[in-house]
Amino acid sequence: MSQQQMINLTIDGVPVSVPKGTTIMQAAEQKLGVKIPRLCHHPKLSIQGSCRVCVVEVKGVPFYMASCSVQVWEGMEIQTNSPAIRQARRDILELLLDNHPRACLTCVRDGNCELQNLAYTLGVRERLFDGERKRFPIEKSSVSIVRDAEKCILCGRCVRVCAEVQGVHNLSQQGRGFTTHVAPAHGDKMDDSVCIQCGQCVNACPTAAFVGHSDSDRVWKALGDPTKHVVVQTAPAIRATVGEGFGMAPGTPATGKLVTALRRLGFDRVFDTNFTADLTIIEEATEFLNRFKNNDRLPLLTSCSPGWVNFMERFYPELIPNASSCRSPMSMMSSLIKTYYAQKEGIDPKDVFVVAIMPCTAKKFEAQRPEFATPDGGQETDASLTTRELIFMIKSYGIDLAELEDGEFDSPLGASSGAADIFGTTGGVLEAALRMAAEVINGEPPAQMEFVEVRAVEGLRVRELKVNNDLTLRVGVSNGLQNAKKLLDKVVSGEEVFHIIEVMACPGGCIGGGGQPYPPRGYTILDPKLLAKRAKALYTIDLNKDVRSSNHNPAIKALYDEFLGEPGGETAHRLLHTHYQPRLPRGIR
Amino acid sequence: MSHHECCCGCNDNREAVRENAKAALTPEIVAFIEECAADAHPESQLIRVLHRVQEHYGHLGREQMDAVAQLLQVPASKVTGVATFYHFFRLEPRGKFMISVCLGTACYVKGAERVADRLQEELGIHFGETTKDGLFSLNATRCVGTCGLAPVVVVEDKVYGDMTPDQVPALLEKYTKKA
Repeated sequence: MSQQQMINLTIDGVPVSVPKGTTIMQAAEQKLGVKIPRLCHHPKLSIQGSCRVCVVEVKGVPFYMASCSVQVWEGMEIQTNSPAIRQARRDILELLLDNHPRACLTCVRDGNCELQNLAYTLGVRERLFDGERKRFPIEKSSVSIVRDAEKCILCGRCVRVCAEVQGVHNLSQQGRGFTTHVAPAHGDKMDDSVCIQCGQCVNACPTAAFVGHSDSDRVWKALGDPTKHVVVQTAPAIRATVGEGFGMAPGTPATGKLVTALRRLGFDRVFDTNFTADLTIIEEATEFLNRFKNNDRLPLLTSCSPGWVNFMERFYPELIPNASSCRSPMSMMSSLIKTYYAQKEGIDPKDVFVVAIMPCTAKKFEAQRPEFATPDGGQETDASLTTRELIFMIKSYGIDLAELEDGEFDSPLGASSGAADIFGTTGGVLEAALRMAAEVINGEPPAQMEFVEVRAVEGLRVRELKVNNDLTLRVGVSNGLQNAKKLLDKVVSGEEVFHIIEVMACPGGCIGGGGQPYPPRGYTILDPKLLAKRAKALYTIDLNKDVRSSNHNPAIKALYDEFLGEPGGETAHRLLHTHYQPRLPRGIR
Repeated sequence: MSHHECCCGCNDNREAVRENAKAALTPEIVAFIEECAADAHPESQLIRVLHRVQEHYGHLGREQMDAVAQLLQVPASKVTGVATFYHFFRLEPRGKFMISVCLGTACYVKGAERVADRLQEELGIHFGETTKDGLFSLNATRCVGTCGLAPVVVVEDKVYGDMTPDQVPALLEKYTKKA
């Protein structure tokens, strides 16, 4: 390989040398540690160059250049902070602000808005012009995502994340000029579109043009209602991220503090979705082993990720028979709370209000699926809140989570193995299933609990795993649906054969979910460094547990003995399994 | 084996969706799209296809745009994004008669705006719209190259010069009778 050609240039008078192909923005950041302001740019998305906030002065060029899209050349002389360029950048930002509602006081972004931060950083201290600005109604058709086109600055990050990372292509700029807005096809409501509700547009948005639909008011109301028995469950990934909302370093596990905070908020029982993650593994591994024995509908596709389930129903309905019929851990838990738990405690299920804390916006859609309705027409999961909504509730109550003592989950739905914790990160469901399947197949627990080969941090992995001398399993792991497509297309065409494929809709798995905290300072969404830290928190929790395989969770064994009967049996099927259906419009892949 | 599982392939709606899309267009347009879809970059054929659809139907209907998306395998959001960006594409059915008012410099200084106002008033529509009875669509254009006749109104391909607001009712009357 030939040596990389180096380019010599000066940035703010400092001579630097960078490889050919480096952009001005990258060079300034890598060599001088100068982070040039930006809005539309995102390192993991294609370059758009539309916001113009990142302009710099280049000697000899008669106009300002967008540093995100211009590659450096030999002898280039760049000024990132001359008075003229600072003025130009501020003017550009002011033009964006003139077409933006000044609603920061009441905006849901609550101070972590990139546009607001930039206005402060660039020194915008007053507004000179007060003219007409674009007017659009707020669009609230979706149970997961709210679209407020008035707050949109047309940076296109949502459009690109939806297309390039998720392969959904639901969003595009519609119209032209003053009426340009980001919307699904025909300017339709989100609810009538191919949206899979993953919430990555919410994560990617620098303002509040896309935000999660809020259900916290309903939860406050239930908490204040003395006739309600309010039960909360928290997903595996929450403990790895909730601390970020309270200034804790990314990757700090906060399981115990989370439990205490939930109890302070007034929940009557604090259960752990981890418990039903273990249960999912029992049911799913049983399902897999049956299918494997009969060579029936392989590969098995995991079905815990509701964004992926929505994607499957719209984009790959022909693969519905392959999907695991297991409900997600959230829906298993809610189902058990309103049957097993209510019965055990002698409470009328109608008086039980189940709240799920999820890293996810699509869980809100899952919660209201008719498949998960209660006999009286309610929902098994009454409200599904994102990590962001929970952080808001805790702060709003006046609690600093970081200062809390550790608490313990309530029984009987609170105990879990380490296999459940890793559900929250890519490859985790598969790894948890393999821990159990290997034991069932070989008659003894695997010598090595960690199946590090399936931890698909790069987004997509295909591996052949030797279970014993006679058996090798071919597995696929993907996160980010654009990656999943690459595997699924091969399954549809019959080009490649797999035994199991784990699909997580969001990059990194649930730790990168559409309901997770906005990244702390110094990180961006989709940032591999941030995702690695969050994943490490879960692996640390797993490593420190005595029980690390779902089938060794004693509480699960007790539940089968006492209530469920056999894994895959009749009661289990009624309460823990589900079905899927194709949905229109069919997505274009 | 449980209750809702199905292995007969009835979940596979690929063909049904395709057939539905084909039914929304003429066989000639479908053949043209299939030819374009075979291109290495089908999305770069999108504008050509939309031209062809509009040429036949007079506008781009929702059903037709969805059909183009499915047959060309270009996301529907992209199809409508392009269709709403270019002025050339009409999303509403055009009226039987297309009235174009020249708002070029010469016509404008000779009073085209007053003619335009009168047309909008008489027809009860704005530029870019079509009357409820489907007879007239109203458009603003730039110079049509007959500045000597300014201000100019073009109905279909007939040019009416030296227009005044007062002549508008008679002009409309003429076409209403024709219909």
